[in-house]
Amino acid sequence: MEVLTTHWDLYVSAFWMSVKISIYGVIGSLILGTIIATFRVSPIPPLRWFGTFWVNTFRNMPLTVVCFFVAFGLPQIGINGAYFWFVIVALWLYTSAFVCEAVRSGINSVNPGQAEAARAIGLTFIQTLGLIIMPQALRAVLPPLGSVLIAMMKNSAIAGLFGVPGDLISNADSLIGAGGEPALTVLLWTCLGYWLFILPCAALLAAAEKKVTIAR
Amino acid sequence: MSSVLYDAPGPRAKRNALIGSIIGAAVIVGLIAIVIKRLADRGQFAAEKWDPLINPSDPVFSQVWNLLRSGFQSTLTAAVLAIVLSLVFGVLLGTIRMSLTAAHAPRFSLPNGLRWLVVIFIELARATPVVLMIYFVAQVFPQFNIRLSADGAVRNLWYLVIALTLYNSVIISEILRAGVNSLPSGQREAGLAIGLTPLRTLQLIQLPQAFRVMLPALISQLVVTLKDTSLAAVALVGFTEALNQGKVVTQALHNPIQVYFVIGLIFILLNYLLGKLAGLVERKLAKRTAGGHVDVTAVGVAGGTDQAATTIAPKP
Repeated sequence: MEVLTTHWDLYVSAFWMSVKISIYGVIGSLILGTIIATFRVSPIPPLRWFGTFWVNTFRNMPLTVVCFFVAFGLPQIGINGAYFWFVIVALWLYTSAFVCEAVRSGINSVNPGQAEAARAIGLTFIQTLGLIIMPQALRAVLPPLGSVLIAMMKNSAIAGLFGVPGDLISNADSLIGAGGEPALTVLLWTCLGYWLFILPCAALLAAAEKKVTIAR
Repeated sequence: MSSVLYDAPGPRAKRNALIGSIIGAAVIVGLIAIVIKRLADRGQFAAEKWDPLINPSDPVFSQVWNLLRSGFQSTLTAAVLAIVLSLVFGVLLGTIRMSLTAAHAPRFSLPNGLRWLVVIFIELARATPVVLMIYFVAQVFPQFNIRLSADGAVRNLWYLVIALTLYNSVIISEILRAGVNSLPSGQREAGLAIGLTPLRTLQLIQLPQAFRVMLPALISQLVVTLKDTSLAAVALVGFTEALNQGKVVTQALHNPIQVYFVIGLIFILLNYLLGKLAGLVERKLAKRTAGGHVDVTAVGVAGGTDQAATTIAPKP
């Protein structure tokens, strides 16, 4: 308890830093993942190949390797930035592969007859997608997508140990290393910090899942 | 390509797709060309950066590959140890959670208390980042003088294995529970009807079938664990797994891009093959259970850090 009260400000700012990394990560990987998913289902072969290559590459590489690759690779092709952004980009690349697969399998789970019926009654492509396919795909997408996003929030913990200052785990690292505080107490409070935003998000996603799956 | 999204293409759609293909290919090739040119401008394709990795006649070639090989050996050892141990503890945790539910114990009794402890442990462990667990074990065990082994390398291996087991046993217990829940309820009812206790029903009838349903998910979990071992590169720097060995190489040769490229490639190859194996096993086993199907993509998905939200679908 004493560790938490003495370093209260550090813990609070570290907590918000971790939340910030997670939010950036979730938004970016959702967008990027959806783009790659549209590539993978598009009627244009080169885009499909690119999507397949992307997914197989980033899904099978450890996030740590992606981080190292981004941090050493991006400056070499002329893109410089803070470590903060390198980690975020690595999270985007890595998570987008999983988001893409969740979205794609959701779209594929819809019975082709549904789309055929929609086209037969004269709906346009956008209408078919928006009114017929997406509402049904959402049900299949949400459970795996939820677990991917929760996983991403947990993955964001890699940032602190990778050299991004000020998040929960780098805060713990400096309290133990430089501050000389007992590791067990420091890290238990750090765990609590992660639980504080991961558990509510998981509960929220589980509730959303229940709401959409019940209609089937 | 026949897809839910598009009708069979007519002449105009075919022409549009062709034009799109050409533009798409041009954009992708152009981007790749820019990246390659920029890398070349900075000498990233120079022989001295690549030779130690790809040219057997280079003086340090065998040294570099010995380091990398021992690194991947450690990675595989840690992953296999962790997955085997997690299987043991996962079955234990899953059995406690499931069988104590079935026992209909009074609310304030020892079995029910134990079950709640297990449930709380599972839920909390699932919400903890793996990298934090590795860091936790690596920091806290030495603090309490839990040394495990006099040999530093062995000690670090066990720190990693313990952290990964802690996390994965929870995931496996959840996969198992999903597998059991996916079986038709008649299986359990039949077991109880012939006079087996709920625990024996679980052991003799439900678990053996759940294992079959979850074998693909288990292989996917092995992929996840394999990837997670490389978190040691940031959380447990003393452990000589693939990425830490890669760091040793880059410090001597100053070629991080090339070394991580090769390491990444090996990981991709290993995991891609394991993923294919999981798919193969899934198709083989699909016919051999009483029913039920656990969706591998939902279980094994997201790298270390999967919430094990298993989706259950009735067998088609």
